[in-house]
Amino acid sequence: MWQRLLAIIVKEIQQLRRDRLTFAMMFGVPIMQLLLFGYAIDTDPHHLPAAVISADDTTVTRTIVSALSSTGYMTFTERPRSEAEANALLQRGAVQFVVTIPSDFTRRLVRGERAQVLIDADATDPLAAANPLASAQPAIEQALRRDLTGPLASLNPRPGAVELVLQRRYNPEGKARLNIVPGLLAVILTMTMVMMTALAVTRERERGTMENLLATPVGPIEVMIGKIVPYIAIGSVQVVVILLISRGLFGIETEGSVALLGLGTALFITVNLAIGFTISTVTQNQLQAMQASVFFLLPSILLSGFMFPFRGMPQWAQWLGEVLPATHFMRVVRGLMLKGAGFGDVSAELLAMCVLLLVVSALAISRYRVTLD
Amino acid sequence: MSLAIDVHDLVKRYGKRTVVDHVSLGIEQGRICGFLGPNGSGKTTTLRMICGLLTPDGGGGTCLGHDLVRERDAIKRRAGYMTQRFGLYEDLTIRENLEFVARVYGLDRRKERVEQSLERLGLTTRQNQLAGALSGGWKQRLALAACVLHEPRLLLLDEPTAGVDPKARRAFWDEIHAYAAEGITVLVSTHYMDEAERCHEIAYIAYGELMARGSAADIIRQSGLSAFIARGPGADRLAPRLRDADGVTAAAAFGATLHVCGPDHDALVRAIEPFRHDENLDWKEAEPTLEDVFIHLMGRARDNALDG
Repeated sequence: MWQRLLAIIVKEIQQLRRDRLTFAMMFGVPIMQLLLFGYAIDTDPHHLPAAVISADDTTVTRTIVSALSSTGYMTFTERPRSEAEANALLQRGAVQFVVTIPSDFTRRLVRGERAQVLIDADATDPLAAANPLASAQPAIEQALRRDLTGPLASLNPRPGAVELVLQRRYNPEGKARLNIVPGLLAVILTMTMVMMTALAVTRERERGTMENLLATPVGPIEVMIGKIVPYIAIGSVQVVVILLISRGLFGIETEGSVALLGLGTALFITVNLAIGFTISTVTQNQLQAMQASVFFLLPSILLSGFMFPFRGMPQWAQWLGEVLPATHFMRVVRGLMLKGAGFGDVSAELLAMCVLLLVVSALAISRYRVTLD
Repeated sequence: MSLAIDVHDLVKRYGKRTVVDHVSLGIEQGRICGFLGPNGSGKTTTLRMICGLLTPDGGGGTCLGHDLVRERDAIKRRAGYMTQRFGLYEDLTIRENLEFVARVYGLDRRKERVEQSLERLGLTTRQNQLAGALSGGWKQRLALAACVLHEPRLLLLDEPTAGVDPKARRAFWDEIHAYAAEGITVLVSTHYMDEAERCHEIAYIAYGELMARGSAADIIRQSGLSAFIARGPGADRLAPRLRDADGVTAAAAFGATLHVCGPDHDALVRAIEPFRHDENLDWKEAEPTLEDVFIHLMGRARDNALDG
């Protein structure tokens, strides 16, 4: 019995050793997960970009701005001149917060009237907005108490003198599903589109039908497009189903242009199919194609901003994320569905996907062989 | 008579290994040429180069009058290539497979052609079965039917009958002869001697080199081999003892009979001398078989390969 058992164990190890990709996956995936979950993912992101419009430049207002920035949550990167400019920054996703200090702030504070500071937050991702907003009020009060000493001590406000007006934009109720559901569109499409094409082409090779196909007058472009088109249709149906369910069950309406959403989706589907096709040119069998697809899917879920705030990741992880089409599509979908973004707001993301498509397609075509050479 | 296949000095290398080494082949229209040789001798590679699936590293020529490298597409449209492994889709029905092939070649009267093909195959009643459900023999006949659907002038068949039972093999060969009678040229690789004998001519390749060419009878005659047969109790047991003797290329038992052959008549006689006195055995000079010749050629090719 032991001998037979040993025979199977030895055979299994020998086979495993030859299957390099499986082997790599078994170590690659856990290491990748460990690094991503351990380092890259931070559900309490700091140093979020923020804009400040201060119509009242005094020691007091400067104290307030520096108090907000010293919470570590906000980094003031922009000083828009108008409210419209600030809104555009928020819509585009260039900043997460806009802090507005009205022109009569100091005057009202001195007079002992209630002075207001307005914070507009991009709350599409409620997780990323929660802590910065919660820390703002205590930080401001503490800073004013500390800094306004000596002759300025009279300015030291009574508790509650500074009123923080918070506006959670795009997702006022802070519902997580408002953020998750549109993002799912990106994840589901990545999962199915990459895997389906990778399998479709590898299957031909594994089953030996590729040789037969190559011996016919069918050209490589015809094979590629012919293989991709049915999946574009499937992907489109998936999108419609997801959008209908989001609307019917979760009440998520698409705020922006549906046509633009369609364009972005078509582009995203195509990029994913091209990636699947590229995977199929390097894998030998369907199992490998499957593994490679999972290997690609994992960062697409973790690093794209789908599960965790994108800005919470360290710089290297953000750079990695930028290379993933899901990251860009995620921004397009959330922008269009939740923020009502326009073409100008998402054009950079669309362009990024176009670049990725070009690079991946070039790779796929350069790897694809018309002959069996 | 024009040559359907006319290739010269075909060379194919994979890394440092030369898989096909200066193979030249001319086959007249309407002939069936058997392509023989040991496993890994370069048969499949040669067939693939002829049908445009592989680019030769050297040499060239024409196939149906089209240049091997430059006019690949024209060759693909006019030749039919049947892969060693079943190349149709097991998850499509018989009919769907044929329709797919008809579409790929852009054939007119698609429905009619598919019907005709099904009828010729005798698969009309089973047309909606999945191709994967067919037995090995039927799969090969379906593959052949798919291969000739676009009415090619040349058929390249790569071990079409491997693993197929004798009856199905015979049916398959009857079909090949029927196509040849219609003027289609056939180049078919095989390991079976009986199939080799059903060909008009044979090309034998070993270690990437073309070793012999001609009809079965020609090849046997040109080989210069001599052979003896021994019958009687225990004759078959002599095979292992004679195999390594000087002057013996091959010694093999066929049931109770022993068959020995060698390139030099006198040397062969000397080799069997010690066993000729056994009165239980009945020794007789015999015609060498095609198999003898091939085993002999294979040995010579290996020597050449080692010398080179």
